[in-house]
Formats: sequence, structure tokens, C-alpha cells
Amino acid sequence: MTRYGYYPGCSLHSTGAEYDHSFKAVCNSFKIELEEVPGWVCCGTSPAHASSHLLATALPIKNLALAEYAGINELVVPCAACFSRFKMSLRELSENEKLSEEIKEIIGSAFQNKVKIIHPLEVFDKMEEKNIKDAVKKNLSGMKVVCYYGCLLTRPPKVMQFDNVEYPMSMDRVMQKCGATVLDWSYKTDCCGATFSLTETDAVLKLTNKILENAKAVGANAIAVACPLCHANLDTRQAEIEEKYQTQYGLPILYFTQIMGLALGIEPKELGMKKHLVPTEPVLAAVK
Amino acid sequence: MTDQTATVKTIIPSGDLLKEIEKEIGVNVNTCYQCRKCSAGCPMSWAMDYTPAQLIHAIRLGQSALVFNSKTMWMCSACQTCTTRCPQDVDIARIMDTCKILAIKQGFSSPVPRVHKFNKAALRNIKWFGRMYELGMIGDLKMRTFEFFKDAGMGIKMFFKGKLNVFPSISPSRTSTTWKIFSNVAKKEKEHRA
Ligand code: SF4
Ligand code: SF4
Repeated sequence: MTRYGYYPGCSLHSTGAEYDHSFKAVCNSFKIELEEVPGWVCCGTSPAHASSHLLATALPIKNLALAEYAGINELVVPCAACFSRFKMSLRELSENEKLSEEIKEIIGSAFQNKVKIIHPLEVFDKMEEKNIKDAVKKNLSGMKVVCYYGCLLTRPPKVMQFDNVEYPMSMDRVMQKCGATVLDWSYKTDCCGATFSLTETDAVLKLTNKILENAKAVGANAIAVACPLCHANLDTRQAEIEEKYQTQYGLPILYFTQIMGLALGIEPKELGMKKHLVPTEPVLAAVK
Repeated sequence: MTDQTATVKTIIPSGDLLKEIEKEIGVNVNTCYQCRKCSAGCPMSWAMDYTPAQLIHAIRLGQSALVFNSKTMWMCSACQTCTTRCPQDVDIARIMDTCKILAIKQGFSSPVPRVHKFNKAALRNIKWFGRMYELGMIGDLKMRTFEFFKDAGMGIKMFFKGKLNVFPSISPSRTSTTWKIFSNVAKKEKEHRA
């Protein structure tokens, strides 16, 4: 039995609930236990780092201090934006001793920097290939996926230290082990417009259109993602993109944990497959 | 033959804005050698009035009014492509944040007001609830932008898919946590200014 601390972040409790449900279901299948950080608060996400350096550092560190207090050594952070904020804040502290003292004063608790931050992709990528293959119950070879990592998982590489910065492969490997057909493509780490979804919507439509276009061009019938912001932009805005650019994609955007869940034979409903705005039925029909 | 050299002018960088940025985040903007790799990779440069490399150049020249009135940093999606690719280790993405922060601090208004209003609405939400409460945040944003019907259709679809919570997910017994953090940050920032 492996145990990890778990920081779901705000999105996984609302717009990205499928990610939360499917990640937990997959962990359950592999006998991985998750302990949610007691009393966690928002990491501040982009509004904080665009407004105050101190605030943007204090909020993630407060959460790490809470995790430390709960005796957590390894903390899994599935949201790419939270994952990035946590690692960026630790970098700030390591570079600046004065800031480090100030942050401790601000959060009002001790922090010893003992918690290791990991992404779910790392959890599954380091699992033995045999263990995953043994657990797979369904054939996903009819599912042709491209893996979309987005901006924040790998960049900047000095801080994130996660996979190859321009052409990461961890999600591709996990998907392959689950039996999906994984395709090469050009938009793995391109920006989807992230936080501009509600404000500069046109920019988001423009950027996501290119991503969907390339996915379709290489023959994908689904896009695998690891970030609730990417998911929101590609899934909830897809109808608008099709209308604006006079095209038809119909590409289901699935969290990679949902695809894992399908391979492991978990019920689609339990994986939140009904929560998508782009219908997932076509790709579910490819699961044999 | 006339003496050409007499007419050649030199632009001497003024250090004020540069120093301010260095004081804020410890990044030395002067190492930039204008290769423009940052602008070439920037997915948002088409929506900016100055490219990232131009903004960096303006900072080096001490053109603070140009920088603080610019749309550039407000149209930055913080994707970190520039910072990743800069051969001179200039942390451009962080400079974009710093320009926004300094501009607001010095009383400039954002030429992309919606983005600034979104940030304010989101932060107020986090302060009150400890966690992001989307419906509350969207409501707040709409009160600030008066765009009541923007995205209403999508919002309704998301609501029926159970993607928007009616009630905030309040951090149990911890809302005081964020409240305290916000006020401590405000206190510290006041100290810094003094
Ligand atoms: S990539 Fe770096 S060195 Fe090149 S122009 Fe941009 S900031 Fe300057
Ligand atoms: S972080 Fe901002 S400036 Fe840099 S590449 Fe991305 S959008 Fe452009």
C-alpha cells in the first residue's frame, strides 16, 4: 500500500471534478491511498502572481506547511497550475532567505521545506510496466489519442524539473501502457490561453483552435490532458471554436486518468464521462 | 568630407525602472542582447502592442510611461515559453508580472481592464472563501465589467453538467487562514514601501 498526501486544488472540486473522481478511482484500483491536506486553501493561481509576489508565494507555502503539519512527505498535485505555483514558490524561498523569513511570518507557521511535490503522471510513469499491464482489463487500441501537456507542467525546466521541456513523453508512456494508440503531434506544450478563458475569450479561441486542428490532422479521436484549465478551454469552448472557425472537430477531451480508468475497466459514469460538454460516447464505443 | 561621428547619438539606458525591477525580483534585465527569441516563441505577441523583446528594451531605456501604459504584460498568459527559451536567462514571464504590479502601484490603469478586474474579483473570492468559488467570482466579475450575458449560455450548460457549484467549497474552519494571509501580506507590503 502506497500513501501520498493529496492537494486537489479548487478546480478539482468544481469545474474539474472528473479529474478528481477519475484520479481517485484509478488510485483505488492500484491500492494507492490519498490523504487530503486538512484545511487546504487556494494556491492563489494566476491572479495572485499577477498581483503580489508575497501573496503568490505565501498561499502555496501555507498549504505545504499544512501538509507538513499533517505528517505528509510526498504531496500529489494533479492541477498543472497548482503544481506550478507550488514549485515556483519553493524556488522563491530557496533563492531568497529574507523572503523565506517574511513568508513564515505571514503564514504564521513554521515551514521546514520537507514536502516533496509530485504530479500524478510521475506516480504512474514510475510504476512497473507489468503492474499496469496486468491491471488492464479493456482494449483501448481503437482509441487514438494525442497527449496534451500544456504550458505549466514542464516550464520553466529549471524550476519544474519535469520531463522533457519541449517534447515530454511521460503521459504518452502511461497511455501506451494502458493500451491506447498514442500519436505524435506538434502541439504538446503549446499554450491554450489558460486564464484568459473568461476575459480575453477570443485569444483562447484562436490558440485552442490551432491545438484542435493539429490533433485532428494527425488522426486523433481524443485528446488526453493533465490540467483542468486546458480541459476547460478545449472542452467547454469547443462548440464556440467550431462556430467561429467554421469547422467540425467533435474531439472529446479526456483527463489521462479517465483513459486509465477506462483501461482498468472502471465504469464510465464513475469516471465522470457524463460531465463533458463534447460528447464522449464516440470514444467510449472504441473501448472493447 | 564631413565628420560623421559628430552626429552619431548614443542612447544611454536610464536605470530607474531597471533598478525597480531588480529590487522587486532580483532579475537583471541588462543581460538581454535583443535576440528576440522570446518574442518569436510568444503565443500572445499578436495581441500585444509591444513584443516581449521590445518591452524588455524599453525597460532598459528607462521608458517607464511606455512600459506602464503597455498592453503587453496584460496580454501575457504566463505560459513561460520566453523564460524557458531566453539564452541570457532573463526571466521575462516574471518581469511581465512585475510590470503589472508596478503599473498598478504607481497609479496607471490597465489598458486591458477586464483582465485586471478578473484578478481583483478572483482574489477577493479567495480571501473570503479560502478557495475559489466560481459562481461567486463570475458574479463579482460581471458586476465589475457589466458584461452580464457574456458566456451565459456556456455557464448554463456547465451548471447542468454539475461543473459549477451553487455553494462555495469553503475550506473547513480555515477561511480565517486566507483572511489572515491577505492582511499580513498587505501589512508587509506597506512596510516595504515605507
Ligand atoms: S530571449 Fe532573452 S536575450 Fe533574447 S531578446 Fe528576449 S529577453 Fe533578450
Ligand atoms: S509568458 Fe507571456 S510573454 Fe512569455 S511567451 Fe508566454 S505569453 Fe509570451
